[in-house]
Amino acid sequence: MEIIQIVGIGLIATILILVIREQKPIFAFVLAAFTGIYLFLFLIGKIDTVIKVLENLANRSGIPTVYMSTILKIIGIAYIAEFGAQIIRDAGQDSIASKIEFAGKVLILAMAVPIISIIVETVLNLLPAGG
Amino acid sequence: MDISAIFQIAGIGIMIAMIHTVLKQMGKEDMAHWVTLIGFVVVLFMVVRLLNELFQEIKTIFLFQ
Repeated sequence: MEIIQIVGIGLIATILILVIREQKPIFAFVLAAFTGIYLFLFLIGKIDTVIKVLENLANRSGIPTVYMSTILKIIGIAYIAEFGAQIIRDAGQDSIASKIEFAGKVLILAMAVPIISIIVETVLNLLPAGG
Repeated sequence: MDISAIFQIAGIGIMIAMIHTVLKQMGKEDMAHWVTLIGFVVVLFMVVRLLNELFQEIKTIFLFQ
């Protein structure tokens, strides 16, 4: 029952943050960031097992590893960008947070370009020549 | 790095706030600001170490180089 641990950590950290924010807001921000990182590290082991299973399935069904690694990289970029943006938004810097989200979207799009071009080529091959 | 680090950071924050108040009452404003800065750097080191750990973990799991 790790969910109980996670909720407990979140509640205790929130109370501590509320206490400290009165005196020193910068320490409250650092504590919030630390708690977020800790919870993420807590969950990353689970994500690891899920991804191992996915890789195994992909290997069995003969999907080229390029697609799989690209998708995993995209998921990783999404996680990191969302995480950083949320912490920064907590600190009140909405503009920087939205720039980080934008950067994440652009990087994901840049990584997806090879796959998109392969799809377009496949569709073009399906079309009858000279039609 | 375990869960007690959260209490350490909170404790450091409360102690720094107390020391800041006491030093301010004694009329040593600049000392109070230095204490705050040093406490912040110590806490920041803890967070940055954990952040490094997280990024290494993400790199190995999501097949980055």
